[in-house]
Amino acid sequence: MYHKEKSIQIKNSASALYNNLGVLRIAPRSLTYFTVVHANVVNMVSASWDGLNYSHRQLQSKEPNVATSTSLIMQAAFCALPSRDLLVVTSQKGIQIYESDGSTMVYWHALDTPETPTDQAVFARGISAVGKSYICVGDSCGAILVFDVPSKGSNITLSDVLKGHKKSITDIASECSGSQECIADLISADDGGNLCVWKSGETFQRFNNIPGFDISCTSVKLWKGTAVAGYGTGQIRLYEAVTGILHAEVNAHARWIYSLDIAPFSGLLLSAAEDSLVRVWHLSIKPESLSVEVAHLHNECVTDTQICGAKFCDGDGYAFAVTGYDLSEIIRYTQS
Amino acid sequence: MSMRTLPLVFINLGGEMLYILDQRLNALNTSEDNSDKGVWSENDRKRVMNDIVGSMFSKDFMDELLKPQQLYSHRTLKTVLTRIAHASIMRLNPVSMDRLYELMVMAFKYQIFLCPRPKDLLLITYNHIDTIREIVKDTPVVVNQVDETHRKIIEVYSSLPEGEFQLLRQTLLIFFQDMHIRVSLFLKIQVQNPNGRFALSTSGPVPHGIEVPGLIRMFDGKGREIRRSEFPSEGSYSSSVKEGCFELHGDRVIRLGMNMYTVNNPEETHTSKDTSVKMDDTPNLLAKEELNLLARLMGSMKAEKVPKTETGFWINMFPTDQEEEEAGTSGVAEESLFEVINIQAMQDEQVTTELARIAGQFAEEEDPPLNLSSSKGDDLLAMMDDL
Repeated sequence: MYHKEKSIQIKNSASALYNNLGVLRIAPRSLTYFTVVHANVVNMVSASWDGLNYSHRQLQSKEPNVATSTSLIMQAAFCALPSRDLLVVTSQKGIQIYESDGSTMVYWHALDTPETPTDQAVFARGISAVGKSYICVGDSCGAILVFDVPSKGSNITLSDVLKGHKKSITDIASECSGSQECIADLISADDGGNLCVWKSGETFQRFNNIPGFDISCTSVKLWKGTAVAGYGTGQIRLYEAVTGILHAEVNAHARWIYSLDIAPFSGLLLSAAEDSLVRVWHLSIKPESLSVEVAHLHNECVTDTQICGAKFCDGDGYAFAVTGYDLSEIIRYTQS
Repeated sequence: MSMRTLPLVFINLGGEMLYILDQRLNALNTSEDNSDKGVWSENDRKRVMNDIVGSMFSKDFMDELLKPQQLYSHRTLKTVLTRIAHASIMRLNPVSMDRLYELMVMAFKYQIFLCPRPKDLLLITYNHIDTIREIVKDTPVVVNQVDETHRKIIEVYSSLPEGEFQLLRQTLLIFFQDMHIRVSLFLKIQVQNPNGRFALSTSGPVPHGIEVPGLIRMFDGKGREIRRSEFPSEGSYSSSVKEGCFELHGDRVIRLGMNMYTVNNPEETHTSKDTSVKMDDTPNLLAKEELNLLARLMGSMKAEKVPKTETGFWINMFPTDQEEEEAGTSGVAEESLFEVINIQAMQDEQVTTELARIAGQFAEEEDPPLNLSSSKGDDLLAMMDDL
């Protein structure tokens, strides 16, 4: 179904972090941007669709001052808003927002770090654009910071802090089907496996809480009102987001899932785990029974590699890209 | 990221160090001409082991490690581990220490990489502690220290949720990233590939608490299962075995962290670097925090006073032709070896001196070696003769 294409070499290897691959498709310029986190650096590659041109850039995590040690980056992700695309980088010290090509930093938000270190790690993790102008970022205390983004310029403001989680945020996602009818348009996940479902707006409303089983939910997606969540048990669960009804459970992987992605136009689902396997599934929503069906389509094994990022490169799922711990390349697959 | 890595890092790396030292000291037990000279007695070996374990598991040192703090650089780690090794009468030259560090790190990286569940990092740690306890079993005072530390670790870590352990594991994986030194033992038993990467199997038992991949279950609105289907998992997994024991004593079940080195096979510890990847070569200002940590750790270690009548035993642990040559040509440099740490020359002179000063503060006063021949056997024999 898919075959391997030529990999893109990156300047350093990928770190073992959840959801460690960012992809942004720039159709008007026939380019795709990729981001891969390595310790305190984000590797950015801009790849032309004809496969002939690759340009690289590295972004460093911002240090408040020289006396402190380097800050590790937890995640880098693109946020595509109606008015503009931005790149958000979260680290132990704070949140950096760049123009999507990484050329300029437009905003910096410092996290509150205690004077004397406590045994609770401090970091920001979980990034998603939602609605017309919001970017949501989670933190290690379970809070979600909501930033209001103007259509141009750097006048980004912190407009809200959502409290719904008690454990560190692992991932945040917005409704990706493009449908305006969805009641809820944002989902967040934490280290205890709990999911919160929200509706964005001037004031965000929490619609539902889907409890976990003390096992981290490491990656979450929202598609046509269905929450798709990957867990440390290697399982994928599909819930109806607003009611919390469990539609399906898949014993998908033999180790922790590190990344999930959905191709919204085709309903293809990608799952990747530390067990070195990437799997492609098909989700279909049956309107009559309001149930969701999951069918398995394809496997790819990246030998001896603990995968940390996997994303579709386009809305149909025609191609996908994969990163692995200690691997200095972005592996690509396209449909045969 | 995680603020709780140091205790586990030191116990596991220290454990690997002890396994390797134990093997090497036993290997040195056979002299080439079968004479009685140049032989390490059982007592010598035990004494070295007891001194090192005593230093590593000292209450003050462990208390410092247990304070919440970041994992800093390889340089700091190597400095402290060298100091621990030198708590005994044994002395390692810098080339040996570098090789030793490489081995320790690759072994620990292998264990972290293949750790079935993040929580099993504790079982790996307990495997190290169990073996260490066995090594020092004839010295009740040291066994006591080991037990005390073990209890403290159980107290601090047992209740951590899996997410915390995964964060800890990710912090360690980032720290050991890009290290692909080939270890001949690992290559021999095929846990490492010729390119330096570890083998990750898609067969065998799944970790405890995980289901064998392959099943899809679908439910109706009331939570009743309405259909099952299977998919090809492309692995040959079997169901999990029983869970290991997290108490002071018990069957750990997983074997990672147990001693892989056998007594009479010193070639197992041969390493070869992937020369294209450099470790830790970017000179950077050592953060003030890091220097503070180093000072605190060094200060908390017991300074074993070796009596002046006794000369330290030098060991060149990993002799290669190149090393013999290096040792020969840098004959003058050997005098500085007794300043405990000789950090490889780097562009940041200031940092180097700072580290050396901190390390040197805690060195015993020692007389320089009387015999500076470049051959390993000669060195040791000379030392023995001088007693």
